[in-house]
Amino acid sequence: MRKTITLEVNGASETEEVEVGMTLLRFLRDRLDLTGTKEGCNEGECGSCMVLLDGRPVNSCLVLAVEAGGGKVTTIEGLSKDGALHPIQEAFLAHASIQCGFCTPGMVVTAVALLRQNPDPSEEEIRSALAGNLCRCTGYRQIVDAVRGAAAAMRAKAAAPLAVSA
Amino acid sequence: MRSDLDYLVPSSVEEAVALRAASAGAAYLLGGTDLLPQMRAGRKAPGQLIDLKRIPPLREIRETADGGLSIGAAVVMADVEVHPAVLGRFPLLAECIRTVGAWPLRQRATLGGNVCNASPAADAAVALLALDAAFHVVSAEGRRSIPAGSFFRGPGQTALLPGELLTDLVLPGGAAGFRGRYLRLSRRKGMDLATVGVLVGKSSGTAPDRWRIGLAAVAPTPLRVAAAEERLEAKGAAAAEEAAALAVAACRPISDLRGSAEYRRDMVGVLVRRGVVELG
Repeated sequence: MRKTITLEVNGASETEEVEVGMTLLRFLRDRLDLTGTKEGCNEGECGSCMVLLDGRPVNSCLVLAVEAGGGKVTTIEGLSKDGALHPIQEAFLAHASIQCGFCTPGMVVTAVALLRQNPDPSEEEIRSALAGNLCRCTGYRQIVDAVRGAAAAMRAKAAAPLAVSA
Repeated sequence: MRSDLDYLVPSSVEEAVALRAASAGAAYLLGGTDLLPQMRAGRKAPGQLIDLKRIPPLREIRETADGGLSIGAAVVMADVEVHPAVLGRFPLLAECIRTVGAWPLRQRATLGGNVCNASPAADAAVALLALDAAFHVVSAEGRRSIPAGSFFRGPGQTALLPGELLTDLVLPGGAAGFRGRYLRLSRRKGMDLATVGVLVGKSSGTAPDRWRIGLAAVAPTPLRVAAAEERLEAKGAAAAEEAAALAVAACRPISDLRGSAEYRRDMVGVLVRRGVVELG
């Protein structure tokens, strides 16, 4: 059966008719050509399909597109602004946290959600938050370093205006 | 997944129950983190999904008159594990929930869905058993309350009757104040079901101390071991060895890819003893 849904994806309103059984993951990739969101296991084990749904990190393979109707979705493509990468993306580059790159969008999206909630996470907190994102190249050390580096850079940026006025 | 699958979004419990009563092949949908993979694997094939997530009362955590807490079936685990009242009065529930899946999965997975899925390894269910939770359900026939202790019947099997909808999980005020540990063995720290889960809880607000022993992944359902609790209440932590033996006697593990029955049985003893000694 088909349903018409309207949702906001990376700031743009999208209205589409979809099969009820279509996942948000397939909707993003096949209907909107947002192929940055990856399909790994398709059963919620690997985290490579992570997107933000109403600000929460979710495995988009475990969400039906119809369930996301009325919601706001942010994918990896929605994180850069005016061609400038998100600080977490910059940190992944700086720390060489990308090997094959397949897990990277999911890792970055989960890290965005983590740092919004906890701007100064410990290594243990980072590892715990990323436990649902698998890196098949096993490059976890560099990924954790990147999230720590991004957190420090984002805190410094947030504190900068105060430092100037002081 | 059926090609004629329909998706319905009731805005009240009454509407949801009526939709379910009208279609025998319908399934209630909460977070979907268990149901959707089961549908994809062909193990379940509902004709309609009745999404309960947009029913406001099911999304609330409310204080109850006796100092307890009512947690709506559609509240996601990530919100339960950081709720101040849960952390303050029912920390064992937060401790167990934090071991489920991984942090993003718990942004979607609900406490209500977790218990309705009735996995023998359901970590959160162990806390609900230990804290004497009551599960409130409603159907076209009316409302009733099912004690956590009689809710789980077997793997994937619950005391819910066809069409019954779980509205909220109620922690009684009398269960506030239990502290303790959920000692859990798994092959990796995230995204794996427990091989063995052992909850050891203690409340020092009364004389004698009250104890709780709960087990996951070592029987067809999550278990509570009343005999071990009684022994500890009679003799205190000095009876750690006896409590461990009683828990070993109560468990009925199977051998599977996560561990052998023998290993699981041994670990139940080790973890119960360890937990009791730690809590002293």
